[in-house]
Amino acid sequence: MATTSVTGGIQTPAVEWRDGKRYAWILGAVIPFIPFLAWGLVEWTGLDLFWYFGPVFVFGIIPLLDLALGLDRNNPPDEVIEALEQDRYYRWVTYAFIPAQYLCIGWSFWMMTQPGIDLADQIGIAISLGMVAGIAINTAHELGHKKEEHERWYARIALAQTFYGHFYIEHNRGHHVRVATPEDPASSKVGENIYQFLPRTMWGSLKSAWELESKRFARLGKSKYTFKNDLINAWAMSVVLWGAVLAFAGPQIGFGRTLLLLAIQGFLGIWLLESVNYLEHYGMKRQKLESGRYERVNPSHSWNSNNIGTNILLYHLQRHSDHHANPTRRYQTLRDFKESPVLPTGYAGMIVLTWVPAVWRAVMDPKVYAHFDGDMTRANILPRKRDKILAKYPAPAGTEQAA
Amino acid sequence: MAKFICPNCEYVYDEDLGAPREGWPAGTRFADIDPDWCCPDCGVREQQDFEPLTADV
Repeated sequence: MATTSVTGGIQTPAVEWRDGKRYAWILGAVIPFIPFLAWGLVEWTGLDLFWYFGPVFVFGIIPLLDLALGLDRNNPPDEVIEALEQDRYYRWVTYAFIPAQYLCIGWSFWMMTQPGIDLADQIGIAISLGMVAGIAINTAHELGHKKEEHERWYARIALAQTFYGHFYIEHNRGHHVRVATPEDPASSKVGENIYQFLPRTMWGSLKSAWELESKRFARLGKSKYTFKNDLINAWAMSVVLWGAVLAFAGPQIGFGRTLLLLAIQGFLGIWLLESVNYLEHYGMKRQKLESGRYERVNPSHSWNSNNIGTNILLYHLQRHSDHHANPTRRYQTLRDFKESPVLPTGYAGMIVLTWVPAVWRAVMDPKVYAHFDGDMTRANILPRKRDKILAKYPAPAGTEQAA
Repeated sequence: MAKFICPNCEYVYDEDLGAPREGWPAGTRFADIDPDWCCPDCGVREQQDFEPLTADV
């Protein structure tokens, strides 16, 4: 509600707007307590099966919350954006995630060494910890985009758990530059399923990050084998963290087993993050301009969702169009655009659909087709399936289909 | 020497300071920077999109 107040003869527009989600954002930092919750359930029920509670929370409870709580299209008015952006409370909410994350890692591996915890329980704890690892990459994502140097360091600290420190480089300087083009390893194509996408994005992102840092050091005329290399310093943090876990748990439960458990939680974290990448830009394609450059990223190039449950837990990640248009903008100020394509439900629920590629494609391919107004040739299609997909989704009558 | 601003996120490239971390030492002319060098803050605009900053701020 906009009102105008007159102070000392000068007219200043005063806008009254309250962030209804202000205190809800703290819930994001509650995610690392998932393994503690699992422990509580094991203690309460006596059922060891509850060590596997992490994925139940992410893929069962969060999607149900999204269905129950519905949509939130509330956008902050332009007049308050600057003040909202500067409000330090919102930064502290994201910083708070990291100590909680590290507490959770330490506690989880300590729990794994306790008497009465067998291999099946340990794997359950590692799987639940993997959910935390994946959501930690989301926190790192929010922090890694910021202009402040210390926040960029926090991003790498949050990524140490998954050995995914190169994400900070590749995401900002690779993915954002090439998003929704066939060249981007982290933009999925129509006809490509998650199992094909996962190795392509994992390998492609690593390779691209290495090339980006190599190019930077080549310009500097210096060797890239230094701790100033942002990949090397980020990976070094993982070596320290994983090394500490191995030194602690290795002598008690065996080094091989500790490494296996570390790998399970790390891989699940990466898989969770890359699943989100998969659904954020499925089939989206920027058109090439006559100059040979791609058109600028606009709201039509990302899938969005206003489901409030996932949005609170992932810091508005689902307002993805605004994020790609303004990557340095803080989560609390991200807006919903009417022209953005919208997913049928929140990201958490959509990940469940990716598990069965036939279901995913039955839901999403028609949405991509509709998004491009019935002209599938404008979509980002897996080359070897192109003919088959275009035959299934023909161009509207009277138009010539490009080869 | 001149300054150039990213039209998306207001990052400023100042020729006097360069961007040493990015591999452009102090004094590097903006014209000598790769046209596909992307803004170090937002990553969604490139050298060729930057605008000259005329008024001193």
